[in-house]
Amino acid sequence: MSRPSDAQDRFADDGAVVNPRLGPLEWLRWGWRTLTSMRTALLLLLALAVAAVPGSLIPQNSSDPNGVIQYRQDNPGLAKVVDAIQGFDVYTSFWFSAIYLLLFISLIGCVVPRLKHHWRAMRKAPPRTPSRFTKLPASSSVQLPGLTVAEAVDAGERVLKGARYRTARYGDSVSAERGYLRETGNLLFHSALVGVLVAVFVGGGFTYTGQKILVTGDTFVNGQTQYDSLNPGRFFGDDSLAPYALKLDRLDVTYEQRNLDALGQPLDYTAHVTTTVPGQAPKDATIKVNSPLDVQGTSVFLLGNGYAPHITVRNADGSVAFSQTVPFRPTDSKMTSLGVVKVPDTTDEAKQIGMIGFLYPTAAERTDGSFVSIFPSVGTQSLLSMQVYVGDVGLDAGTPKNVYELDTAGMKQVMGIKDPLQLKVGETRTLPDGLGTVTLDGITRYAALDIHHDPSQGVVALFVALAVIGLIASLLIPRRRMWIKVREDGDGVLVEYAGLARGDDPGLVRAVAELERDHRAALPAAAREPAPV
Amino acid sequence: MNPLDSFSELLLISAIAVYLFAFIAFALDLARRSAESQARVDLVRRGSAATEAASGGTAVLVEAPPAPPAAAASTRRPAARTGIALLVVGVLLHLGAAVLRGVAAGRVPWANMYEFAMTGTLIMVVVYLVSLTRIDLRFLGSVISGFVVVLLGISTVSFHVAVSPLPPALQSYWLVLHVLVAMLGTGFFTLAAALSAAQLLQVRRGKRLGAGRGDRLRLLATIPDADRLENLAYRISVVGFILWTFTLIAGAIWANHAWGRYWGWDTKEVWTFIIWVVYAGYLHARATLGWRGTGSAWLNLIGYACILFNFGVVNVFFHGLHSYSGLPTGQ
Repeated sequence: MSRPSDAQDRFADDGAVVNPRLGPLEWLRWGWRTLTSMRTALLLLLALAVAAVPGSLIPQNSSDPNGVIQYRQDNPGLAKVVDAIQGFDVYTSFWFSAIYLLLFISLIGCVVPRLKHHWRAMRKAPPRTPSRFTKLPASSSVQLPGLTVAEAVDAGERVLKGARYRTARYGDSVSAERGYLRETGNLLFHSALVGVLVAVFVGGGFTYTGQKILVTGDTFVNGQTQYDSLNPGRFFGDDSLAPYALKLDRLDVTYEQRNLDALGQPLDYTAHVTTTVPGQAPKDATIKVNSPLDVQGTSVFLLGNGYAPHITVRNADGSVAFSQTVPFRPTDSKMTSLGVVKVPDTTDEAKQIGMIGFLYPTAAERTDGSFVSIFPSVGTQSLLSMQVYVGDVGLDAGTPKNVYELDTAGMKQVMGIKDPLQLKVGETRTLPDGLGTVTLDGITRYAALDIHHDPSQGVVALFVALAVIGLIASLLIPRRRMWIKVREDGDGVLVEYAGLARGDDPGLVRAVAELERDHRAALPAAAREPAPV
Repeated sequence: MNPLDSFSELLLISAIAVYLFAFIAFALDLARRSAESQARVDLVRRGSAATEAASGGTAVLVEAPPAPPAAAASTRRPAARTGIALLVVGVLLHLGAAVLRGVAAGRVPWANMYEFAMTGTLIMVVVYLVSLTRIDLRFLGSVISGFVVVLLGISTVSFHVAVSPLPPALQSYWLVLHVLVAMLGTGFFTLAAALSAAQLLQVRRGKRLGAGRGDRLRLLATIPDADRLENLAYRISVVGFILWTFTLIAGAIWANHAWGRYWGWDTKEVWTFIIWVVYAGYLHARATLGWRGTGSAWLNLIGYACILFNFGVVNVFFHGLHSYSGLPTGQ
């Protein structure tokens, strides 16, 4: 932060240390002074900028967890090195935290003495009038006839006071200062930054965010076990989750159909939901991408969507082995989706069925016989194409498994890429080796919802607003000192004007000219114009 | 292709051509400045002392540090004048292109990289022209027009995408505010960066002259001295910095609406943050002994390099939520 020009530097800039032998206390003091010096603050600021770069080059757990998984698969050796330096969590890493914590300590160490300094300066009278004005950055003088010194000084003080300067009289001169708000703003800005940091830290403990994939027609109840994933803050407790239920009635998606340059581009996602809060009647609501739903202190965001085919697998005897809606993961802009079906419920473990399926919402056959989706909406042209494996699908081991992946090691492929199981909506196909039948009953949509609770948002916003006000004041309000000095000269007086900027002040020269103009305008008419020479 | 969009592109190409002519005019002006400066040196050598303006009246206004060389401020510069006239014509064509693109798309013309470059450079030129009414920055005309020609050239060739509707994530009034403020901030930062570059040249020239070596870039004698350039760069950066702060905050509020968090270290957020921190460093450097002057000018240029990197590289090559370039991802 920029120091006021009259703030005293606490140690010599050449770093010369007077005391030849430093005890522990002196070293501590030296360390503190170095840390809170402007130069260190600047270096820490630049270090912060540099330290933020790697997080944009390496995928981060916080913003791109899939990218991290991919990175680990692609560069297993390098990933170990990246892990060692917390490279997948740059912004919570020890080194990044160290930089910004040091920066904020340095900032506090700088702000506190300046608060004291500014507090005193605000209550002090403006400084004595300098003896020579011509040495100042802007000055002017004028000889005015038929005027006493006292008249001219009084008028000068009135004008400066009228221009909201704080004034003091020293002999036949007026000393004036304005723009204390510049420093006030500066201190407000830096203090508010500390406020933002603290609010984010403390408030972060009370937040939670959770993800839920909700198929049309299903209901989500806000409870810990209901989430697909939940990231609770430090102070999260069992009673943190506000009780309510949310049912996805319908998910409307509109695609561009006329503009050939953007065919199939999504135009709108709207989730129609019904929320039920205990003790209240159910309410209908909608969620859109840029307008989340606020319910019971949480915000529900619509962050994604996809297709979920309903698949039924029957054993050879016709009994139902599996009948579920399986969310598929979209892989491209035409909603070609990938999903895995694991059928555990067969009598023999070695005869469990695993299927890896591609769903083409609007399928078209390529010349090589493979399929491609040419439009993202589903209909009569939708096609589900699956490879079928037989063996242990790994559901019984109890270890968590990625629902979008099937470990085919140890399984036997019965239908491969060359001869996949192909189904249209409503169709049933028979599996080989007497494994039974598979039916595609229908295709519905699911919504990927993010549910957030962040009580600290308002506090953070308040500090940010204060920081902005402080920033603007500290950068745009000019702080300057002005002086008017009068002495007798012949049958009139010689008036001198001068100004000194404290900090950047593009309008200083103009301000001195205006001071002279206003001062002369405040004088009796006969005395306004200089005596003819 | 949408007929309005084709017409928009035609106007844009015309604007590029006019800017190119403006660049030539400004370049001629710079050449003339060199010649003038040489002539003045000769004049001084011949011993005719330059008459220092002494004020006649009793009211004397003294300004220290000295005002920029009188030659820079008051001389009539026909070539620069032509350059400015051409810039105005170019801006009108450019504005037409942006408006037509907006009409063709039925929304603000800054929803993908091509449109951002188109409207961003338009704002750059407008900021420059408006600043001309307050400060004599004619010596930057060639830099600004040349830079805009290059940027527009690249974006028409490499970034052009057909008009497409807004994806749901961008359907928000924050698109208008967040991006508009970002472009305005970039416009001011561009001007400040050009001034800091000129400052560094001026400092180098001062060193050369101080060491008794010849004056390589004589035209620098006709532009403000290093101190004045440094002050101008600072004042303009201050405006840019405030606008960039608003960009950051508007982006955070929008992110909170669209993605459910106000800050998530997405690649574009990271770079917006880096830019903000570098410029904050620049503002501090001006108040730090040993950094003020050359050091702070370099920081200003580094900040601007980050802006260009954020636009040109992060948009296209980095994976993140802000993938709105509209360009094929190459997969």
